[in-house]
Amino acid sequence: MKPIVDKEKCTGCGDCVEICPVEAIEVVDEIAQVNDDCTLCGLCVDACPDEAIDMPEVIGPATDDIESYKGVWVVAEHHGGEVHSVSFELLGAGRNLADKLGVELAAVIIGDQLQEAAEQLIGYGADRVYLAEDPALALFNDESHANVLTELIEQKRPAILLAGATAMGRSFIPRVAVAVGTGLTADCTELDIGEDGLLYQTRPAFGGNIMATILCPNRRPQMATVRPMVMRKPDFDTQRQGVVEAFAPSAKAVASRVQVLETVTLAQETARLTEADVVVTGGRGLQKAENFKIIEEVALLVDGAVGATRSVVDEGWMPYSHQVGQTGKTVSPKLYLACGVSGAIQHVVGMQGSEIIVAVNKDPDAPIFDVVNYGVVADLFEFLPALVKKIREQRS
Amino acid sequence: MHIVACIKQVPDAKDVRIDPETCTLVRQGVESIVNPHDWYAVEAALRLRDEYGGKVTVLTMGPPQAEEALRETLALGVDEAVLLSDRAFAGADTWATSLTLARAIIKLGPVDLVICGKQAIDGDTAQVGPGLAAHLDQPYTTYARRLELQDGGLLLAERLTDMGYEVVQMPLPAVVTVIREIGDPRMPGLKHKMRARKQEIPVMGAADLELNPEEVGLQGSFTQVVRVFSPPPRCDREMLTGEPEEQAEKLINRLKEAKVPGL
Ligand SMILES: Cc1cc2nc3c(=O)[nH]c(=O)nc-3n(C[C@H](O)[C@H](O)[C@H](O)COP(=O)(O)OP(=O)(O)OC[C@H]3O[C@@H](n4cnc5c(N)ncnc54)[C@H](O)[C@@H]3O)c2cc1C
Ligand SMILES: Nc1ncnc2c1ncn2[C@@H]1O[C@H](COP(=O)(O)O)[C@@H](O)[C@H]1O
Repeated sequence: MKPIVDKEKCTGCGDCVEICPVEAIEVVDEIAQVNDDCTLCGLCVDACPDEAIDMPEVIGPATDDIESYKGVWVVAEHHGGEVHSVSFELLGAGRNLADKLGVELAAVIIGDQLQEAAEQLIGYGADRVYLAEDPALALFNDESHANVLTELIEQKRPAILLAGATAMGRSFIPRVAVAVGTGLTADCTELDIGEDGLLYQTRPAFGGNIMATILCPNRRPQMATVRPMVMRKPDFDTQRQGVVEAFAPSAKAVASRVQVLETVTLAQETARLTEADVVVTGGRGLQKAENFKIIEEVALLVDGAVGATRSVVDEGWMPYSHQVGQTGKTVSPKLYLACGVSGAIQHVVGMQGSEIIVAVNKDPDAPIFDVVNYGVVADLFEFLPALVKKIREQRS
Repeated sequence: MHIVACIKQVPDAKDVRIDPETCTLVRQGVESIVNPHDWYAVEAALRLRDEYGGKVTVLTMGPPQAEEALRETLALGVDEAVLLSDRAFAGADTWATSLTLARAIIKLGPVDLVICGKQAIDGDTAQVGPGLAAHLDQPYTTYARRLELQDGGLLLAERLTDMGYEVVQMPLPAVVTVIREIGDPRMPGLKHKMRARKQEIPVMGAADLELNPEEVGLQGSFTQVVRVFSPPPRCDREMLTGEPEEQAEKLINRLKEAKVPGL
């Protein structure tokens, strides 16, 4: 299979030849020709100024009785009954999709002793909550939680299922997708219902340098994960009514071959990296571990989290769990403040989804300034204390 | 102990980018590299082999050029490499990819442990590892930073979570995805480099895996990319000038205007 070139529209301009990462396109007699090296990445489709290239359609077998799949589901993530904010954000997004389709919005919560959490999900927009409780499900376990969700999907048949792209969601949702035999789009930043009633899932690829819109036309449910902080959290409505429906998972589903021996929650003074509205990151410009105090001070002051570049982690100034970038975490806070960070592409791909990016660097030519909204050319040891002082002054 | 490390050849991130001047996608030939996360998968496999004995096979699905990626890992001391390559595999989504890899692992069998990288940097999906486990119907864990084999064919793994970490145990055969903390990849050795150049790398296609063309590649995929476009560029940059105090004041004002919480 190859992209389809419309010979009428193609002008032989060669834009597709240039963009093709595997050199699979040639212009022969002023018409683009795709050879067997094509990996169907789709870059040429967008590059074509004349809309002459189209991707072939997926024709995989459809889910049986596809029309019987109805409703939008949100998988609620929680830690010991405390619901993760991404689940509320997803209820907001899910509500919007459900209203467009004129269907019910349901939340699923799996664990033990979750009545209160279930009520909360209704307040944030769920019409119905499927409550799967069992003492054996109290601790999160990829296998049992995936089994239970799979069972529930097979019985209740939702058309759309959304989950958080957290460490937990990214770990067990892909297993569910394969178990029910459907497609899954990771890390969506935009979800919408098309005129055809399908879920249009838009996500970044290549570290956010490219956006792609993805459909799952023939299988149900259409599954997507969404990163924390991407969707807006709806207001809590104490008056909202909804149904809590208990679901008793089978003994087989509750069993897991994986045993969780120990769960360690590391206490953090500052907010958690992937959930914070503000991330303050320090790079090698900090010069030594002790100097991270200034980064922590700024983070604490604005209720933010502390990030680090790989260089800083390699130096042992900060633990790996704080690393932002290609080989670290991807963050998309409202504000990303990079201090003493050069802006290597491997760092930038982990933070360029942030709403506002600010960099402080004494080198005016640092590449980080290519991706900022606000640039501050300054010595961070002068600028950050001045920033702290000003924020404190304005507050008092 | 037979360990399979799954690696993927991906375009180098530094080549696929937006030109800050013109705000368009940079259109130039893109280099292919081994997915950076997959070096840790290979290293994890080699360390287990060195400690407990056995062999490591590196597996990739990709175009014929992906053979180059396999040779790079052979130079580290990997025992065998297998390339899954077939026109029919092109355009595979994570479902079709994990199905194809799972079939190959069964063919290569018996395999005790499959190790994947945390995610591939082209798609960033992190779905192939857990998907493989589902196709193989094996237990699995993700984001592992320490692996240990225990008596009775058990695998102990320490994994990173959003809140801290977790210690899990499962029987082999199993699937794990690993992160950088598992240990930095070793350097290629001279002896291995020589061997890497010459070693025969078997190539398997859909027919060898007894998969129908409808089960693999784009045809066997459930998701379809319908549009690819450049993200809205961030080209409204403002440089804040003045003494540090003035710069700080300007910044706070801008952030307050934008209603950044915490300020
Ligand atoms: C496969 C691969 C994966 C990688 N993954 C990641 C990743 O996940 N995350 C990541 O961050 N990196 C990653 N890197 C590394 C990346 O390429 C860069 O090396 C790294 O991000 C640089 O870190 P830095 O900005 O802290 O250090 P540097 O590049 O050394 O930059 C320091 C900056 O601080 C400025 N500075 C110095 N002193 C001051 C001062 N007093 N005031 C203000 N500014 C000052 C300097 O002008 C300079 O711009 C990866 C690399 C590779 C090859
Ligand atoms: N085509 C492939 N061939 C071999 N391994 C792959 C392939 N695609 C993905 N993987 C493995 O699965 C991991 C996760 O990839 P992904 O789900 O694409 O983010 C990678 O780090 C690899 O270990």
